[in-house]
Amino acid sequence: MMVMDKIEKDLVVVNKKGMHARPAAIFVSLVEKFGVNVTLAKGEEVINGKSIMGILMLGAVEGTVLKVTVDGERALDAMSEFEKFFNKQEEELVS
Amino acid sequence: MSEIVLKGIPAAPGIAYGPTFILDKGEFIVPKRSISTLEVDSEIARFEESVNNARREIHILKDKIALDLGPGHAQIFDAHLLVLQDMTLINAVTTGIREGNLSAEYVFFVTIRKFVEAFTKMPDEYLRERAADVNDISKRVLKHLMDESKLHDLDSLQDDLIIVAHDLSPSDAVSMYNKKIKGFLTDIGGRTSHTAILAKSLGVPAVVGLKDATLRISNQDDVIIDGLKGLVIIDPSPSTKELYIKEQNKITASLEKLDDLKDLPTQSLDGKTLAIMANLELSSEIPSVRKYGAEGVGLYRTEFLYMNRMDLPSEEEQYLAYSDVARAVSPFGVTIRTLDIGGDKFISSVQIPKDMTPFLGNRAIRFCLDRPDIFKTQIRAILRASVHGKIQMMYPMISGIGELRQANAILEQVKGSLKDEKIAFDEKMKVGIMIEVPAAVMTSEVLARETDFFSIGTNDLIQYTLAVDRVNEKTAHLYEPSHPAVLKMIQKTIDAGHNEGIPVAICGEMASDPMLAFLLFGMGIDEFSMSAASILAVKRMIRSVKLQDAQRMAYEALQLVTGQEVEEFVGGRLRSLLPG
Repeated sequence: MMVMDKIEKDLVVVNKKGMHARPAAIFVSLVEKFGVNVTLAKGEEVINGKSIMGILMLGAVEGTVLKVTVDGERALDAMSEFEKFFNKQEEELVS
Repeated sequence: MSEIVLKGIPAAPGIAYGPTFILDKGEFIVPKRSISTLEVDSEIARFEESVNNARREIHILKDKIALDLGPGHAQIFDAHLLVLQDMTLINAVTTGIREGNLSAEYVFFVTIRKFVEAFTKMPDEYLRERAADVNDISKRVLKHLMDESKLHDLDSLQDDLIIVAHDLSPSDAVSMYNKKIKGFLTDIGGRTSHTAILAKSLGVPAVVGLKDATLRISNQDDVIIDGLKGLVIIDPSPSTKELYIKEQNKITASLEKLDDLKDLPTQSLDGKTLAIMANLELSSEIPSVRKYGAEGVGLYRTEFLYMNRMDLPSEEEQYLAYSDVARAVSPFGVTIRTLDIGGDKFISSVQIPKDMTPFLGNRAIRFCLDRPDIFKTQIRAILRASVHGKIQMMYPMISGIGELRQANAILEQVKGSLKDEKIAFDEKMKVGIMIEVPAAVMTSEVLARETDFFSIGTNDLIQYTLAVDRVNEKTAHLYEPSHPAVLKMIQKTIDAGHNEGIPVAICGEMASDPMLAFLLFGMGIDEFSMSAASILAVKRMIRSVKLQDAQRMAYEALQLVTGQEVEEFVGGRLRSLLPG
């Protein structure tokens, strides 16, 4: 059995429009792609990274710091993708 | 839990107690429906199936848009699809169904509502707009969960409810006739808003201009409405409830006393008789016209025939509707007002560009003169119906003799073609005009020479005279029927009519207040028309006073300089004359 990694990082929302529906959808699909468990925390509020409603409800506008916790075999890969995701503007996300 | 009292603008008197129902414009009306424990699993399955159906629809839509507009535009639907597989949402709904023994549509509706409310409160504009996405998704699911024909149908409501809404449009009003509704509460609107008119014709209380009632009141809250004082009491204490029950019993007793007046003539103590008639919106209201002893219909608002439909009513359909009303009110008469749309009333079958100031824009007679096709069809129907009873016709919002002549020219054309076709109509049908624009008042001497009667529409006349938007709750306090300027307008109209020997009627809400009606009686009004439920109280007033006294009082009242002085003076006089 592989050793389970659990990583935690503070990431900043760079997108000018914040984590609204489209970026939130892209984020959820990234989480699913890596098959990891992710939580996002804004202060006291903690939500499941697979829940688009949860992400939207965080109300994470530009400049919000989110504590991202990733748990699972591919946690490292996933986290580096998430960092890239958070550093992009929306136009760059639309592939 | 302590009671909360909200203060608004009193729009229709009376007291009501009951559970609330929040009516959201553009959203679904989802009744709270309990289910048995045995139904829980099938209800959850129904929910899951609806979600799957909605997802399938979104997939199809997404593919179509990707093809038509490019994949970038379709991405938003990925978000919609994710919402519908979001475990936070799905679990909340399934748990709600299981633990609350409530129907899938209701739990889903309430759950989504919480999300929407949270989005609406977000400080960021972009995130705030997600509420629209979530609403969109929820409609898609609800459409599958509910019988579509019932989505906007208040029949599905089980109890007698108090309707709470941001505002009620005239077309909402249409769908609420014949429903068991105890009262109305709205965020916006003034004393003559459609909510007020609707509530009065249903004989239930209403409080409007509450600003944020839809946020402060939840579905199924117990509230008391005090329609006279304009109060709403949420979660009333037992002692408050008791107080209001007593008050309500008193009102019921005095209404029963009023009922004795139903078949008695509207005659003053010194022998002056006049007619008190009802305002009518739909033929379904005719029973209440009879119930309250109305002597005919003084204002039949025909625009309701045109609302809530995608096409225009045909000549035949209108002919049947007008004939029915004429026959139903016989031996009394009916005054049919030609189409009055624009302002705050719109119809789907005709696109009218939204004016910046709709009440000053393309409405009523202006619209009809601009669309003679629609106007002629209506006039033909009215003329044809005129052989079935006592029918009069009047044009709304005439602002000068030019418009009156133009309208009458169209009338003559229609009469000519009916004669050519050998179709019968009442050649002596009286044709009058509404006086509701200050310009018409100022030229009323001229207008009186070319028309058969005047009918003063006080709701608009007050709005235009005082430059007060009557649907804006911020200016509602300036809307003052007793304002000396309004009274002088009315007096001038009455005098101009009487000089030419034509009758002057009044058909605005102002006439339904016994105190103001007393003043109008003294000023010389020949006929009153009002919401049917107000008739008996005004009749009681007329039967308790002398015309002579009213005339003297009116003369003095017109010398006063503020609306408040007028009300205190007239109110004082009336109290000294009325029994009990």
